[in-house]
Amino acid sequence: MNMLLLSWKYLVSKPLNTALNILLLALGLSIFTVLLLVQDQFENKMTKDAQGIDLVVGAKGSPLQLILSSIYHIDFPTGNIPLEEAERVSKNRLIENVIPLGLGDNFEGFRIVGTNHDYLELYQANFREGAAWRFPFEVVLGYEVAQKLQLKTGDTFVGSHGIGSSSHKHEEHPYKVTGILEKKGTIIDHLIMTSMESVWYTHDEEHDHTKLEKQVASSGFPEAEGERDITSLLVQYRNPMAAVQLPRFINSRSSLQAASPAFEITRLFELLGVGISFAQGLALVIIIIAGLSIFIALFNSLKERRYDLAIMRTIGASKGKVFLHIILEGIILTFLGAILGMAIGHLFLYLLVVNNEQGSLAGFTANFFLMEELWIVVYAVVVGIVAALIPAWQAYNTNISEQLTK
Amino acid sequence: MLRTKHLKFQYDASGEFTVDDLSLSPGDELLILGKSGSGKTTILNILAGLLPPDRGEVFIDGVSIYKLKGAEMDKFRGKNIGIVFQKPHLLKPLSVEENIRLAHYFVGEGDSNKVDVLLEELDMSAKKMAKVATLSEGEAQRIAIARALANRPKIILADEPTASLDDENAQAVIELLKTQSKKLKAVLIIVTHDQRVKEHIANRIYMGGMI
Repeated sequence: MNMLLLSWKYLVSKPLNTALNILLLALGLSIFTVLLLVQDQFENKMTKDAQGIDLVVGAKGSPLQLILSSIYHIDFPTGNIPLEEAERVSKNRLIENVIPLGLGDNFEGFRIVGTNHDYLELYQANFREGAAWRFPFEVVLGYEVAQKLQLKTGDTFVGSHGIGSSSHKHEEHPYKVTGILEKKGTIIDHLIMTSMESVWYTHDEEHDHTKLEKQVASSGFPEAEGERDITSLLVQYRNPMAAVQLPRFINSRSSLQAASPAFEITRLFELLGVGISFAQGLALVIIIIAGLSIFIALFNSLKERRYDLAIMRTIGASKGKVFLHIILEGIILTFLGAILGMAIGHLFLYLLVVNNEQGSLAGFTANFFLMEELWIVVYAVVVGIVAALIPAWQAYNTNISEQLTK
Repeated sequence: MLRTKHLKFQYDASGEFTVDDLSLSPGDELLILGKSGSGKTTILNILAGLLPPDRGEVFIDGVSIYKLKGAEMDKFRGKNIGIVFQKPHLLKPLSVEENIRLAHYFVGEGDSNKVDVLLEELDMSAKKMAKVATLSEGEAQRIAIARALANRPKIILADEPTASLDDENAQAVIELLKTQSKKLKAVLIIVTHDQRVKEHIANRIYMGGMI
């Protein structure tokens, strides 16, 4: 027999009450857990995916949309820009390097990105097998893509038009897998990467087989005969001056739009912040109610238990032990609530991720523990102690002889 | 073993009680009789270390118990005084065994086979794992006695232990208390107004005047 066991026995003697209190607290805490996990991974992912990209240049429209589509591959692209114009802008002396992107196709919901080898370098991609593309219609798969679609090097597939799955297929031009990347935990895990030329040729009406046998450009812009479009440019600045001058220059002097990832992400977090605050507020209310519910449960049970407490005192329990007995009940309840809450939170996130593999939650994981989650346990236990404080104090002050003669 | 000196207490506004000094040796028995409202439960509480008297002292084994402080006093009570109430008041969430073990735990004694021995003596071994709610009144009272005896107390105090029992059970409980206190060489004090108890114990004092 010990104090913990004693308190536990009293809790399980009222299973419904105990379960309800644990569940209520767990619900509140699970919201916190999900928020914590999502927020952490979201910010992490957002920052990681945008690393090395100072500016995105694309068609006019919403700057946030441009960032979301070109860096995070979530939203739809804003439209296309003429290659010629993109090349002209890139010659600006404030620019260190540009990576062109051609978006708009997918395979089984995974986006096909036409680009050059600099893109792989930007994300420090390493090859698990095979190598980068050298000819049109050769592709490199991100780790998750290869896993989900069960593709190996040498396999071929046909892309479809559009960025969601199942629109019309480009059957004349099958893609051939030449390489598969290692898992990086960034957006490229979920992308199918190929040359700019592949994207262009997919949409061409005529079939010119000679150009298909020409090697593609591995950096810079590909050669193009006639007018070609690209979707956007990922820009790296040459110096800090560029951050001040370049966006303004591009936005005012050309038909193009420049958007800064850092700025747009901050704006996005501000927008999401309202939702997060709301969810946190809701969770807080539930936790306060759970705390009150625990308080009421302990307070009510104390009425029936005064005699039990007096008996404990007569067989040798000190006032402190009786106090501890009640406090421990609060602690056990909230500790279990916290553990259950975290479990529910992780499970909930797991379900979200499983059902949303290609969407905005792609690359998230529920199988992951944050140190901040330990604080959830600490906060919960504090709630338990506070809720038990008044009942415990009453237990402490129980007058034994008066109680026993009642 | 148990000695009182100039005990005085106020039961209610109606008056002050003075208790004749008691001096009991190991194995002694004492019946405290009196009408209800005569303060006999109060004196029991005083002897049990549950209620400080207005004046006077209680000595158990030479220790003036009301000079002990807080947890010390609680532990002393748990170790040396066994109290049996009119109702068993077992802790319902616990099993029979756990009720008795709790008494060991509170005085800082580890687990041992004492529980088995004790239950054997009271002929309650079969009920060791039983839930308290499944016991009959008589059985529950025996377990309550087992709990009071768990730490081999030097003083056994019983407050109307037979009041809610039928003749058969009352007889059994009295006998149990007597044999066990003899065995433990403990002082047995029973507060009662139950006629069935009176025949068993010769040594008695009356509270609130003679009946």
